[in-house]
Amino acid sequence: MSPEISDKVKRQVEDILSRYPRREAALLPVLHCLQKERGFLSPEEEQWVAERLGIKPVKVREVVTFYTMFRRQPAGKYHLQVCSNLSCWLAGGDSLLDYLESRLGIKTGETTADGRFTLSQVECLGGCDEAPCLMVNLDYHTGLDRDKLDRLLGELD
Amino acid sequence: MPERLLTKDFELDGLSRIETYLARGGYRSAVKALKDMSPPAVLEEMKKANLRGRGGAGFPAGVKWGFIPARTDKLKYLCVNADEGEPGTFKDRYLMSHNPHLLLEGMIITSYCVGIHEAFIYVRGEYEAVAQRLEQAVAEATARGYLGSHVAGTEFRLDVHVHRGAGAYICGEETALLESLEGKRGYPRLKPPFPASVGLFQCPTVINNVETLCNIPFIILHGAEAFTGRGLPRDGGTRIFGVSGPVNRPGCYELPVGTPLREIIFRQAGGMKDGKKLKAVIPGGLSAPVLREDEIDVPMDCESLSAAGSMLGSGAIIVIDQATSMLQVLVKMAKFYAHESCGQCTPCRIGTSWIDKIVRRLALGQGREGDVEDIKRLALNIKGRTLCPLGDAAALPILALIAKFRSELET
Repeated sequence: MSPEISDKVKRQVEDILSRYPRREAALLPVLHCLQKERGFLSPEEEQWVAERLGIKPVKVREVVTFYTMFRRQPAGKYHLQVCSNLSCWLAGGDSLLDYLESRLGIKTGETTADGRFTLSQVECLGGCDEAPCLMVNLDYHTGLDRDKLDRLLGELD
Repeated sequence: MPERLLTKDFELDGLSRIETYLARGGYRSAVKALKDMSPPAVLEEMKKANLRGRGGAGFPAGVKWGFIPARTDKLKYLCVNADEGEPGTFKDRYLMSHNPHLLLEGMIITSYCVGIHEAFIYVRGEYEAVAQRLEQAVAEATARGYLGSHVAGTEFRLDVHVHRGAGAYICGEETALLESLEGKRGYPRLKPPFPASVGLFQCPTVINNVETLCNIPFIILHGAEAFTGRGLPRDGGTRIFGVSGPVNRPGCYELPVGTPLREIIFRQAGGMKDGKKLKAVIPGGLSAPVLREDEIDVPMDCESLSAAGSMLGSGAIIVIDQATSMLQVLVKMAKFYAHESCGQCTPCRIGTSWIDKIVRRLALGQGREGDVEDIKRLALNIKGRTLCPLGDAAALPILALIAKFRSELET
């Protein structure tokens, strides 16, 4: 089955491939590009990427399952990724996670029923100077407390 | 304030744009190297400067470049390690987002010296905003003739690609980074051969950390002696120390190599927040063995930290206060290494996950007789028995924490 890949994405993939000395080296950027469209990577998309790059499908699967940023299931519209490492924890990161769980009514790793929010715990994001921090999709939000978090969620709603 | 070599203009607005960078004397060093110096002269200067790697291992950059075979039919590559993932570390983000052209200038000089025409910046996947800033800087530098087919009007050619990782701590290990850049899982390679002879696409490859490369324009412009005259004679220049935890002013501080740890915490970072008392410090990123409060009168340089039983690592200083449970610190530590072990070597794959399991049990108050001894035994079985330094990076801080704070683990 051929996946629905938009002409826009196909053009972006061609552009990426043109910049790499070897096609297989473009695998991570190509996967980022596809995932940006729908928020996850389907088996059909993996297959398409394998064919386009001239590598075995299992090589694509190996990579998709190794790196934490690649998803094989859809995420919510807003993927909240809370840093759980030491510097953020020292600044109250875990209580932010608890607060988000209770406010969204989900456990870490789950998605809200309306498909708006997915909540994850991640390792150090390199935002330690303004801990605690989290990422909403790929945007950093730092120096968080409950008030700031409430405002942030309000802006996302 | 001590003199800053890398970050002196960081308060300026728009430093990330090439106009501002040029107006502040940017790219003068690259032009000097390309027009007035031969590649061996650049290498000689770099060896004299003894610039030690800022990524964690502290290996001198000039020596590393010297390992690249002088005569080879193969292409050569430069890979910039911008996969900043060591917990507590944020200095490379700071450097790249404020001054991406400084990195590019360091890359031009390196590539000219070694005879490289294609370079990759491997940025951790989460730093998408940083990657965009780098892309913009590459486009600006290309448009102004500092990258591309005739760098600074010479015959030297250099193309730079910005490449994003996708979330894997292990890819900060240099051979895992190469595997990842080749579109594979980030599994560290068996060494030797080292990347200098067999690196990216089996070609000779230089891999340097962002901060390391950012030091090069100063060294070439002002000479190795100006560099070794700052900091310590055998470990010259400055380091960007990133301070986090309960201090009044967390952030990046560029200070001479050898600045005492206590001074960084209490003078630069403003001391402890809200009257908290200092208990312990992790001096070089999570993998650096912890120091007790009475051990922090140590100069921050590779050798002094090593003599103190820890390591300078990435220069990331994590401050821990008295009220913090060291058992909980161990929980965070154990979870991290269990999550980030790539799974290739059995002692690390199994050892980190068993340690994680036992530590969780301890934290729930369900510890059993002999648990701490078991953690120690598992850590000792990882140490020195893995392909890459992640094994030691997991074992050593755990062993240090047990040695220094055992009573907190057994209650």
